[in-house]
Amino acid sequence: MMKKLLAACTLAAALFGAAPVWAEEVASAPVASEAVAAPAVADASATVAAPAASEAAAAAAPAPVLSKADNGWIMVCAALVILMSIPGLAMFYGGLVRSKNMLSVLAQVLAVFALISVLWVLYGYSLAFTSSNAVIGGLSKALLAGVTPASLADTFTADVKISEFTFVAFQGAFAAITCALIVGAFAERVKFTAVLVFVALWFTFSYTPIAHMVWFTEGYLFKDGALDFAGGTVVHINAAVAGLVGAYFVGKRVGYGREAMTPHSLTMTMIGASLLWFGWFGFNAGSALEANGTAALAFVNTWVATAAATLSWLFAEWLLKGKPSLLGAASGAIAGLVVITPAAGLVGVGGALIMGLIGGIAGLWGVHSLKRMLNVDDSLDVFGVHGVCGIIGALLTGVFAAPSLGGMGAETFSIASQLKIQGLSVLITIVWSGVVSVVIFGILKATIGLRVKEDEEREGLDVTSHGEKAYNM
Amino acid sequence: MKFVSAIIKPFKLDEVREGLSAIGVNGLTVTEVKGFGRQKGHTELYRGAEYVVDFLPKVKVEVAVADELLEQAIEAIEKAANTGKIGDGKIFVFDLQHVVRIRTGETGDAAL
Repeated sequence: MMKKLLAACTLAAALFGAAPVWAEEVASAPVASEAVAAPAVADASATVAAPAASEAAAAAAPAPVLSKADNGWIMVCAALVILMSIPGLAMFYGGLVRSKNMLSVLAQVLAVFALISVLWVLYGYSLAFTSSNAVIGGLSKALLAGVTPASLADTFTADVKISEFTFVAFQGAFAAITCALIVGAFAERVKFTAVLVFVALWFTFSYTPIAHMVWFTEGYLFKDGALDFAGGTVVHINAAVAGLVGAYFVGKRVGYGREAMTPHSLTMTMIGASLLWFGWFGFNAGSALEANGTAALAFVNTWVATAAATLSWLFAEWLLKGKPSLLGAASGAIAGLVVITPAAGLVGVGGALIMGLIGGIAGLWGVHSLKRMLNVDDSLDVFGVHGVCGIIGALLTGVFAAPSLGGMGAETFSIASQLKIQGLSVLITIVWSGVVSVVIFGILKATIGLRVKEDEEREGLDVTSHGEKAYNM
Repeated sequence: MKFVSAIIKPFKLDEVREGLSAIGVNGLTVTEVKGFGRQKGHTELYRGAEYVVDFLPKVKVEVAVADELLEQAIEAIEKAANTGKIGDGKIFVFDLQHVVRIRTGETGDAAL
């Protein structure tokens, strides 16, 4: 997904006759090349961008061929991103709640993952990745119409193609984890029905348009030059804002601030955080869409920025609060993963280290100070970690992508103007997701209701909402 | 007969059991409990949320003994469970009116 670094670059190569490339066979084809897009670092020499589809006509050239290596890599990455949701995120969140609500969190994450996966192939993919306007796609690929084993999706290199099915799955896994992230903000008191209805609507009205705007070649922010390698805006800021709004609408947990609400198993949280880190290699390195050097750079950055953030959170907490906690270290890892997401394949390793260090401190501030200022019960700190670090990551991408700082930006890269573009994309995402969330939560609160009854909340959602217990010992 | 209920530090359980076995105590009951005395609790910090934990985990050892064994039993527990630090626990002694061994129907000292 991605961003376009040298924005204008590459698609054009195709146009220029260079070769070959896009002659799609009329039959199976028109489908494919709209899918992705552009060029990242690949071909600096070309100029001008041109919509792929138009190429179809270019007759004479040989038909594009699927790159088996790249296709295989991205299929593995799609599975890794699925591993992030289940069981990674589910266990990370599950360990943080009280034992009486363990299953409710696992059930919410699993159900949201499944629901969004289905909606993705029904219409989500089409809304995000087909042409229509700069804000949202159309329904031409609803039910994956026209997508066949012969359909190809673009990567960032003109003559390298992967299967469109692979692209559908990879992107679908992103959509699913984004929606699943939200449930952490109102865990332990939200009504299961409300979760399902909310994410279905929010996915439709916030996820697909933001993904379209940022990652589709014809999207508003893509054309604007916003850099978001693997989803700082689309995934993290988008979900965090929805979570924050949800936490306000659902209200604080009964006894919040008075009763102890200690995590019931930080062991599970640690396992979940580690699975997230592992899966994130697919998320970030896979976002190169090829098994190339950019993917390897993203891989290394995902590794070291996360390690740096783990340390910075740990030591800052040690210094400020007296003890180095495991939860702090695990939270630092997530903060680092979030902060490097938009920058993974765009900044140098040095930039990634600095971003990680900053991300860890920022996350610590998010869950301590900011949370108090916001006066909200964001149970599992979705906004404190994903929102804060997502915003910082998006902005810092505009700084550390600069070649003068070791980044992959073009020679003409200007930090000032890129920061403006990054700031705009952050702002648009916050406002868009915020408004959509307020409307949906407002409607649901007035109709089906958002939270369970107080006595059910006290007894725990596992028994009252799901009729089962996590631990029968 | 006396009924002895001792609250001790969890990691002292094995030594207490061995001490009691050594003086001829044939059985006891152990329960994991929580409580507070003079030993202060501790603070737990989870991200921004700080909780003071007042109730600390302890082990309650209950044992019924014949009158003549009481002093030895108390001494055995005291010796085994002592670390010299606050939080070592307490020993409570009650008069025991009646005991029945369910399998045989024996009562009194014979049932101990």
